[in-house]
Amino acid sequence: MTHHNTKATEEQVQYAAILEKGMYSGLALMVITFALYVLGIMPSIVPLSEISIYWSMPVHDYLVAINTNFIHGEHLPTGWSWLKLIGYGDFLNFVPVTILSGVTIICYMVIIPGLFCRKDKAMAIMAIAEVLILTLAASGLLAVGGH
Amino acid sequence: MQGNIKEKVGMMFVSLMCTIMLSPAWALASEVVAMDQIPAAGDPGWWKWPVILLFVTFVMGIIAVLGGVGGGVLFVPIIGGFFPFHLDFVRGAGLLVALCGALAAGPGLLKANLASLRLAMPVALIASTMAIVGAMVGLALPTHIVQLALGGTILGIVAIMLSAKKSTVPHVPQADALSTALRITGVFYEPTTKEEINWKIHRTIPGLLTFIIIGFMAGMFGLGAGWANVPVLNLMMGAPLKISVATSKFLLSITDTSAAWIYLNKGCVIPMMVVPSLIGIMLGSFVGVRLLKVAKPTFIRWMVIIILLFAGLKAVQKGLSTMGYNLF
Repeated sequence: MTHHNTKATEEQVQYAAILEKGMYSGLALMVITFALYVLGIMPSIVPLSEISIYWSMPVHDYLVAINTNFIHGEHLPTGWSWLKLIGYGDFLNFVPVTILSGVTIICYMVIIPGLFCRKDKAMAIMAIAEVLILTLAASGLLAVGGH
Repeated sequence: MQGNIKEKVGMMFVSLMCTIMLSPAWALASEVVAMDQIPAAGDPGWWKWPVILLFVTFVMGIIAVLGGVGGGVLFVPIIGGFFPFHLDFVRGAGLLVALCGALAAGPGLLKANLASLRLAMPVALIASTMAIVGAMVGLALPTHIVQLALGGTILGIVAIMLSAKKSTVPHVPQADALSTALRITGVFYEPTTKEEINWKIHRTIPGLLTFIIIGFMAGMFGLGAGWANVPVLNLMMGAPLKISVATSKFLLSITDTSAAWIYLNKGCVIPMMVVPSLIGIMLGSFVGVRLLKVAKPTFIRWMVIIILLFAGLKAVQKGLSTMGYNLF
């Protein structure tokens, strides 16, 4: 009987397990939050019948328009400011999007201790660097001006 | 006999879907919408575009699996060219579409040891950093410039798809120093030949440098970059084709995460666009995997190339018309 030594490494299996859980959680939540939004069970910032007015605008104009017409905030709803609007169906959908976008950061953080234990310093340092880069991207500090 | 009927039905369905995708009616639709006055009051027919989007992305999901391309490379040029959504939102949605496809496939590919975490990590570090830069540059540039550049890139992808060869198990005489130091190597079992294949890579530094460009373009255009990852991993760095395809798919979950955050933080996510797109692509992929058994991959791949050629020309035309030049 042939022995196939093709097993994935420990960190790979660990990474896959977290990725799978995060993916299913995010997708399941997305279906629920979208249903709450599109069925009108939760109120939305931009009325459903008016969303088509805004989706053809450049993003900066869109943010100015919805802030002027509906939100009336001091600042445009960029970065993590959507958290303040989580009671509205359209912005509640940002929760599963955030989970799906953030699960990779969690995967990397989980495998770092094991990499150090196995004296795999180069990969551990790369994993730390990746966590820092993804966290920087997620932080909203890299906001740029729009057109 | 039953197999022949199934094959014919499957091919007719896919041909019909491809014909619909190529229909000039889409071009007219986007022009009509652009010319319409923005309604002062709400639009009672607002739901039709998300429903059309769900249907179109479902077809895209099927064609992407059969044609061996990612969802992003079809999504951005087609939705950006033929739908009324602004390119900012299309790119944001495109990244999330590519990301979700990678998240769905990644765990299975990692567990099966077809995707290599050790190969992906150094590549992902470079590509994800550049994807952030690309996303920032893309969102800062005027839309018509991005549209033009997107059109040129899509036409370049068509050229790559027409000319790029594949190597099932490239000949790598010796692993180079960097890949040896990082222990980027592995073993996988090939069921068709019933053999274990030990693989190693070379040209690691040139490969990593190429990912600077790939990452930048992925972030700028929201395309996903699978179209570029596979040739670089397979032909330049020498990873076996299956390892390259699987690692590329997994890699998108890291590269696209970084760029997706930039678009998300900038507000380029409209749930009414993103969610139907994600559901459509994932359902379509599911069906595409089943149709794969009966479809002729070469025919589908040609249809994908023709669709991309049409979409690339449309993107160039849109960019030029904004600048006052009309191609057609």
